[in-house]
Amino acid sequence: MSNEKEPLFSPKNLKLLSDPLGTSNPITVQVLGVCSALAVTVKLKPSIVLAISVLVVMAVSNVVISLMRKMVPPRIRIIVQLVVIAAMVILVDQVLKAYAYDVSKQLSVFVGLIITNCIIMGRLEAFALANKPWASFLDGIGNAAGYGVILIIVAFFRELLGSGTLLDMQVIPQSFYDAGYVNNGMMILPPMALVVVGVIIWIQRTRRKELVED
Amino acid sequence: MRNFSNTYIFVFSLIMVTIVAVLLSFVAMQLKPLQEMNVQIEKKQDVLKSVGKAGEAKEVDDKNAYINEEFAQYITESYVVDFNGDLLEEDAFEVMLALAGEIKKPQEERSYPVFVYSENGGPKRYVLPVRGKGLWGPIWGYVALEEDLNTIYGAVFDHKSETPGLGSEINTGWFQEPFSGKTIFDENGKFISIEVVKGGADPSSDHQVDGISGGTITSKALEEMMIDCLAGYVAHFEDLTTN
Repeated sequence: MSNEKEPLFSPKNLKLLSDPLGTSNPITVQVLGVCSALAVTVKLKPSIVLAISVLVVMAVSNVVISLMRKMVPPRIRIIVQLVVIAAMVILVDQVLKAYAYDVSKQLSVFVGLIITNCIIMGRLEAFALANKPWASFLDGIGNAAGYGVILIIVAFFRELLGSGTLLDMQVIPQSFYDAGYVNNGMMILPPMALVVVGVIIWIQRTRRKELVED
Repeated sequence: MRNFSNTYIFVFSLIMVTIVAVLLSFVAMQLKPLQEMNVQIEKKQDVLKSVGKAGEAKEVDDKNAYINEEFAQYITESYVVDFNGDLLEEDAFEVMLALAGEIKKPQEERSYPVFVYSENGGPKRYVLPVRGKGLWGPIWGYVALEEDLNTIYGAVFDHKSETPGLGSEINTGWFQEPFSGKTIFDENGKFISIEVVKGGADPSSDHQVDGISGGTITSKALEEMMIDCLAGYVAHFEDLTTN
């Protein structure tokens, strides 16, 4: 343990948290986990709960894998990662069903689908297997937050423009509808999530030229 | 990187799987009573909601006690009938919990639970549980009929895994409210149920409600569920109205 004296929130560790929010964002830069961004972002509330669930699963599985990293035989590491993630997801699902039944009903299949979220396995494989638990924990939180932020931004625009509501509360006043405004039904359909993600990627890359590939 | 022997890999996997299995089954068993209670409370709440009760479930501190109390107070009677309208010696609540198995049988062999609501001896309302298959999984609901056994007082629907924002909208107010006041028999007394219409219902029709844009399969499934499940009560309704 050479760097035991390294402070918990050293600049290096903080970078683990902040990078995934910007320059190495899992969705907009690494383009991982887009599948769930399509499906749940019709409404804001399920997106927020899914973001939190992914955060929990990711932080804990990163720590668990990091603790086991010296014991895991490389030949079966992917299977080990899957078992850890699947176990965590089932735990989250069971706890939601027992203590937050309404929310768990709203999310329905998507909690189970966290297992297939490529960001989680990607981080276990790329980071947790080679780093200490605390750093892995921060990396998990950072990446899950980077994922969650995009999810919430996409859901914000889709719910606002597609249903005229936010968190199921009407925000577009009735007078707009009376004046001929119509909700954009396209926003409810999955392809529009891709378009919104595309617009976010576009905006991000026009502001950060170093992300643009040739 | 250390080289791991095959034996190590086998032992490692065995231990890992055992730990995970024990952990998950322990948690599942610990949480099961809570989860089952949630399901029962939810069913009771939905029955109450279809007759316009249990409105304060979100505000009260102890939701479970509140729902149990309202259910005991307003649901004065419950029984089970068969396809021919004859009474069966079964518990309506148990049959409702097992409705998933019931709807797999042919209509003639099913048990049909009925919950009767009345407040201070006022007019009765009949709550009929319905269940069917949606796009991704089961959908179900509770239809409350007025004392005339024709006009819908209220309807509550829910689903296991319909697409959020599309099919899942069947459990929202804007979809359910139009069912109130519709009738399930036509002028000649023929059972026709309710039609869920894509692209907007005819406002003058007594048998149509709006479907969900982007949720056509769920909307149609709901329509079929209503026909499939309510048809089994027709004989019982005839007994009730002639007596």
